[in-house]
Amino acid sequence: MSYLEYAVKTTPSGLRKVLYLNWPLALLLTAVASVGFLMLYSVAGGSFTPWAEPQMKRFALGLAVMFAVGMVPIWFWRNISGVAYGISLMLLIAVELFGSIGMGAQRWIDLGPLRLQPSELMKIALVMFLAAYYDWLPARKVSHPVWVILPVLIILVPTFLVLKQPDLGTAILLLTGGGAVMFIAGVHWAYFVAVIAGAVGLVSAVFESRGTDWQLIKNYQFRRIDTFLDPSTDPLGAGYHITQSKIALGSGGWAGRGYMQGTQSRLNFLPEKHTDFIFTTLAEEFGFVGGIALLVLYALIIMFCVSSAMTNQNRYAALLTLGITTTFFLFFAVNMSMVMGLAPVVGVPLPLVSYGGSAMLVLMLAFGLVQSAHIHKPR
Amino acid sequence: MKRTPKDTATGSRRLTRRALFVGGLQASFIGVLAWRMRFLQVDQADEFRMLAEENRINIRLIPPARGEIFDRNGVAIARNEPAYRITIVREDAGDIDTVLGRLSHLVKLDPEEIERAMTEMKRSAPFLPITLADRVSWEDVSRIAVNTPALPGITPEVGLSRGYPLAQDFAHVVGYVGPVSDYDLSKLEDPDQLLRIPRFQIGKVGLEAKMEDQLRGSAGARRVEVNAVGRVMRELDRREGVPGANLQLTTDYRLQNYVQARLAGESAAAVVIDCEHGDLLAVGSAPTFDPNLFVEGISVTDYRALTENKYRPLAAKAVQGIYPPGSTFKMVVALAGLEAGVIGPEDTFYCPGYIEVSNRRFHCWKRGGHGSVNLEGSLQHSCDVFYYELAMQVGIEKISEMAMKLGIGVHHDLPMSAVATGLAPTKEWKRTVRGQDWVIGDTVNSAIGQGFVLASPLQLAIMASRVATGRNVTPRIIKSIDGVEQPSGSGESLGLNPNNLRHVRQGMFEVSNNRRGTGYGARIIAEGYRMAGKSGTSQVRNISAAERAAGVTSNADLPWERRDHALWVDFAPFDNPKVAVCVVVEHGSGGSSTAAPIARDITLQALFEGDPPLDAYPAKDRDAVRERQERLRALRPDVEREKKSRA
Repeated sequence: MSYLEYAVKTTPSGLRKVLYLNWPLALLLTAVASVGFLMLYSVAGGSFTPWAEPQMKRFALGLAVMFAVGMVPIWFWRNISGVAYGISLMLLIAVELFGSIGMGAQRWIDLGPLRLQPSELMKIALVMFLAAYYDWLPARKVSHPVWVILPVLIILVPTFLVLKQPDLGTAILLLTGGGAVMFIAGVHWAYFVAVIAGAVGLVSAVFESRGTDWQLIKNYQFRRIDTFLDPSTDPLGAGYHITQSKIALGSGGWAGRGYMQGTQSRLNFLPEKHTDFIFTTLAEEFGFVGGIALLVLYALIIMFCVSSAMTNQNRYAALLTLGITTTFFLFFAVNMSMVMGLAPVVGVPLPLVSYGGSAMLVLMLAFGLVQSAHIHKPR
Repeated sequence: MKRTPKDTATGSRRLTRRALFVGGLQASFIGVLAWRMRFLQVDQADEFRMLAEENRINIRLIPPARGEIFDRNGVAIARNEPAYRITIVREDAGDIDTVLGRLSHLVKLDPEEIERAMTEMKRSAPFLPITLADRVSWEDVSRIAVNTPALPGITPEVGLSRGYPLAQDFAHVVGYVGPVSDYDLSKLEDPDQLLRIPRFQIGKVGLEAKMEDQLRGSAGARRVEVNAVGRVMRELDRREGVPGANLQLTTDYRLQNYVQARLAGESAAAVVIDCEHGDLLAVGSAPTFDPNLFVEGISVTDYRALTENKYRPLAAKAVQGIYPPGSTFKMVVALAGLEAGVIGPEDTFYCPGYIEVSNRRFHCWKRGGHGSVNLEGSLQHSCDVFYYELAMQVGIEKISEMAMKLGIGVHHDLPMSAVATGLAPTKEWKRTVRGQDWVIGDTVNSAIGQGFVLASPLQLAIMASRVATGRNVTPRIIKSIDGVEQPSGSGESLGLNPNNLRHVRQGMFEVSNNRRGTGYGARIIAEGYRMAGKSGTSQVRNISAAERAAGVTSNADLPWERRDHALWVDFAPFDNPKVAVCVVVEHGSGGSSTAAPIARDITLQALFEGDPPLDAYPAKDRDAVRERQERLRALRPDVEREKKSRA
């Protein structure tokens, strides 16, 4: 489908595009980000520094990025999908070769004032590229083995690179996000059944490899899995994160202990309280009510995105929107499962709430793409 | 690639279906998250709330103030003194070397201590204070306080530490405290949690150890909020501990000081007991030591100096030392004989200078013999043969019974370390303990307080007080605990015939006041203060026949360890006994020559509650006494009378 097929007349142009923005989505994003500001202010002991203020500035920048990206027609983004994927892949390779070391993992690329995390970019680029691929591929060929191998490679190459950094959380997100796009695009059920069966096999292989020469994942990753399965075995060591996190959540009770009254976070019992574990502070201080409120905001974001995608006749736009939505969902689902003790501790931040510039900007860029799809849908 | 409309249509239908499916999956997972949240935050909220509180709240002990100890006048013997120490907090100090460098210009730092502090600093959290120097003077503390801005992280801290202001005077009575050791803990079944506090001071010896439970008090606690690394954020509440009970002793600090000063230079012990109430007015042992040395842990050099001294400064000889009582035991034998009706007060024995018993010859101290002596004369001259004969007629059982009645060979329940029981031997005792039969020679030896008989200075003083009063005078050292008066030790009547007692007392009076009495040289001439006493000289070795033949009996020619012990007991005033005194000088040669003058000085000090007038002494002694009074007055402690009404 080329841009010539778009009914140009019904597509808004110029400043009128602002009226066609998905405003509820923009408001919801701002609401979630505001929850983040509130919590970052609290965990800093009632201070805008060091986290709340930079986070607000970044979100303002993120909003601007979102609007700017949204203004650009969706077919432009479709056309540069391959380029975006290629650049992201090269950056990932560059990080592998001479990226700097942060937190024991090679994740950053230093570009002077901006420290770029290519794995973040890749989450979006992968979805863009897959959406473009399935937009280009005729629907009847979608389940043909040859046309299935290709997107699988597109997913696995960056996943492998990210896993090597090592960043298990992002690798899982890439794998699941990419798989979701393939599934939505209509690849046959049987492939997914086979992959899930294969995954079960792989997991048992990973556990089998423990302690041997060909060990597939690092020891600390094994330990995280162990402590996930039974956190009480090591409450002060590796199980500390999960135990303290559950204590914080649970002690919040129905209505929470009150804003800035959370003892677990204020007294530093919580690890990474401003990044990956920020949800526990929210749940401790605002209780079940606060936790559910944030969950509802996330659900609404998903809902608005999905409904925007379903009403979009443009296959690329719909696939892209759904892919980004799924990635976003995976973000908070993995993070929340982790802090609630439903999943092992993997380094996945709570989207838009956790402190972190790179992740926030990339997410806002992704929602810019969703906005672009929304604005430029054929009407 | 061109695509057909049909293709597009099936593609978009499938997309809608799959999108709905994925959306449904996501919605149900959000449901799972909400359910999990409900489980943690609603169902298990209470449990997790409790765990959070456990995380947050720490209980810290507040050590109670140890009970203080006062003398009968309210003068402090053991008290809690502020002890200053210098601590450093690593995170506040910044550059530790610079700060230590500056500090070393201000106060003297022990390099070893610094070394220890540095290793400790590396191990512990950066906000915990580490002690750099202990027991710092007030001058040093103020010097640091003035320079605070240049010494970040350095804080002088104040705590309480035990102090003994009268130093060595009460060392043997009160004992001392020291930092709790692993050995102390291992002895206790369920140690007080206070003892887990590092360097917590507990009583090690003497009253401090025996009265530990009353003196320690109970711990207070404060609940503090701590963060994950243990830093105290704030105090939540505080329950003060109960301070230990204050003790008031029956001893008089001036008399005790005098006794210690008077005994100095000898290896000796003295006990002064109040005949009316059984109050121990002074319990002295010489040489003594400074208990303050032990409070923070004594140095090896100091400790070795104390243990290797042949005069045994660490021994509380007044209650722990047991000696053959020698002739001071004769009152016991005399009373046993009189009470048994074996002799009357005027009956006599003939003393030829020795007797033969089962082919052994027992000598009287006077080679020529005393001739015919009655009871009072036997005491006055300390005739041994009289008592050999008497004892053989009375029998050892009755003698031992009387000895125990008068306080010898029985345990006196005093809160002091290793209070000796002594020994009043019986036939049964010898059979069970020694596995031998009692022979008549043993009775003869016992008659003059030799052989198996053993008594401590405390027991001899008790004996003197019981002879003086006829009552079962019981010693007490604690007058009151936290203001609660302890039972008096004046005691009931012993049930002895007053006439018999009168004769024994008269005999003792003759010892001191008859021109031919053995203690006449150390008499008191002040009317109304005269004393009645009895000397004792107990052998610590057997005199061989060869020695006797060679005539080497002069103690002065013997090495110190083999000289006789010198003993003396007395009570005074004779007509209205107020105090009873016992003095034992180890290897002091002669009771009347060595022990008696000391006992006289102590008796007079006790009666006059200070220096007695010189005319209490015979004229020829006065110059020496005046000179000695002046010398010892200089040693008297200068205490401010901070009387504690509570104690």
